[in-house]
Amino acid sequence: MKITENEVRYVAALSNLTLTEAELERMARDLDEILTYVDKLNELDTSGVEPMAQVLFDAEETATLRDDIERPTVSNSEALANAPLSGAGCFKVPKVIER
Amino acid sequence: MNLASLTISRIRQGLLAKEFSAVELANEALRFAEAENPKTNAYLHFCPERALAAARAVDERLAKGEDPGPLAGVPVAVKDVILTRGVRTTCASRLLAHYIPPYDATAVVRLERAGGVILGKTNCDEFAMGSSNENSAFGPVRNPLAPDRVPGGSSGGSAAAVAQGTAVVALGSDTGGSIRQPASFCGVVGVTPTYGRVSRYGLTAFASSLDHIGPFARNVRDAATLLGVIAGRDEMDSTSAFAPLPDYAAALGESVQGMRIGLPKEYFAGLGSETGGLIQQGVEVLKGLGCRVQEISLPHTEYAIPCYYIICTAEASSNLARYDGVRYTTRSGEAPTLIDMYRNTRGEGFGAECKRRIMLGTYVLSAGYYDAYYLKAQKVRTLIYQDFVRAFEEVDAVVAPVSPFPAFKLGEKIDDPLAMYLSDVYTITGSLAGIPCMSVPCGKTSEGLPVGMQILARHFAESDMFRLAAAFEKAGSFFA
Repeated sequence: MKITENEVRYVAALSNLTLTEAELERMARDLDEILTYVDKLNELDTSGVEPMAQVLFDAEETATLRDDIERPTVSNSEALANAPLSGAGCFKVPKVIER
Repeated sequence: MNLASLTISRIRQGLLAKEFSAVELANEALRFAEAENPKTNAYLHFCPERALAAARAVDERLAKGEDPGPLAGVPVAVKDVILTRGVRTTCASRLLAHYIPPYDATAVVRLERAGGVILGKTNCDEFAMGSSNENSAFGPVRNPLAPDRVPGGSSGGSAAAVAQGTAVVALGSDTGGSIRQPASFCGVVGVTPTYGRVSRYGLTAFASSLDHIGPFARNVRDAATLLGVIAGRDEMDSTSAFAPLPDYAAALGESVQGMRIGLPKEYFAGLGSETGGLIQQGVEVLKGLGCRVQEISLPHTEYAIPCYYIICTAEASSNLARYDGVRYTTRSGEAPTLIDMYRNTRGEGFGAECKRRIMLGTYVLSAGYYDAYYLKAQKVRTLIYQDFVRAFEEVDAVVAPVSPFPAFKLGEKIDDPLAMYLSDVYTITGSLAGIPCMSVPCGKTSEGLPVGMQILARHFAESDMFRLAAAFEKAGSFFA
């Protein structure tokens, strides 16, 4: 076993995902199978190989910088338009701090 | 006028000759698409107001004697992971069922500026995660050529709409094969441009280092025209490339005599199926055109799938963290605390495949596992990239299958995630290397299922790729 059901619970908490008992059981099986498969990478010796975060193109380092000029972006009301709950120009969420 | 076989140039001709107006064509196209849609479920929703406004703008330009733009009046379908201001964009997820974006993707702005008419938004796998379009929260798409089979994924709706004729061209997105594989399954042309060639601004992020927007079309010329319109530097995407933008259509029709083609032996080993036979026939067509075909080796090919499914899930777990019930329309009703609200919203909102990828991605990034999985995969990505750099010292283009098999039956692989992942074996390498790749129709199996040939080229060498694809299309008469 590459991953136990307890580890799956831990990762679900890290991922902020509520999973049902049936989902947890299935997830453990699926992740186990996939993790066993991806172990194949360990056949390769990668010492001395640089990691690649992304395929980069040739350009000067500063090429993507632009002048620091203020410009309009999404307005407050547009930003809030898709919020499930908002008020007073803010997103509303369940209480975070106990009195 | 046969809507299902229209091309960009035919529409332009019709508009300039006043055979029809852009508004007439848009109305006609909307009627046809809405009537045909129940057969495939390719579109999730239509946007007639927006389409007619765009068409009216084209007619106004024509009336003033102005050039109406390279996509004038062309009915376009847009994958529902690409943002359209004021038009619902769901990413085929329950979580975003009511999401109305406050801005347009750059590709959308550019195609409308060129006269394109967006008819509606197309179905796909939820957040573009899948290879069959069965992960949509709004039902699967059926392959227009074989309704009991999948159209491929994740851009299944865009491929199906173009194949069905309910759009002339379409935008899709590709992270590990999500344009090429459905193009292959539906018998149309699908293009994944060089990473950074098309701005990702307004493309819902799945795996940012691998995400691409690209075109679907019924012929190579239309695909090249659409790519020419949407490509180019955009300051809203810092990863969009500065490379000069050539006139892709100009290269079409030029000879491919003497072009050096590499056939990677790793892709053909074990491909004894009917698909393999069709690709071999395609290779004979290329030889007949004067291409010099040689065997090459891309030795790290077998590591591409494990490499990809670590990198893409890691990036996805981070990108999908934003869907937390605060900003994006859907929130779980019963949650006493903030953290429960996050967890329940995500648990109720995401489908099984998204959850699996979020979990896998979180796991490979978690303390103690980062080096063993994520860093390891990034190093293997370098090796796969270097395979291609070396290959392109010897050859001008690489030719390969798109998929080991043609369109499979609905439900056939949905319960076996690993088997589904393995179906991406030939498309993932090009995605990891960031090179341009495309699927061009290469005949049909005895059951009538289309098979696509994949062409891969050097970074920013889309013109070479299109030139070869156009010559092949003409010589092989494989028009969809």
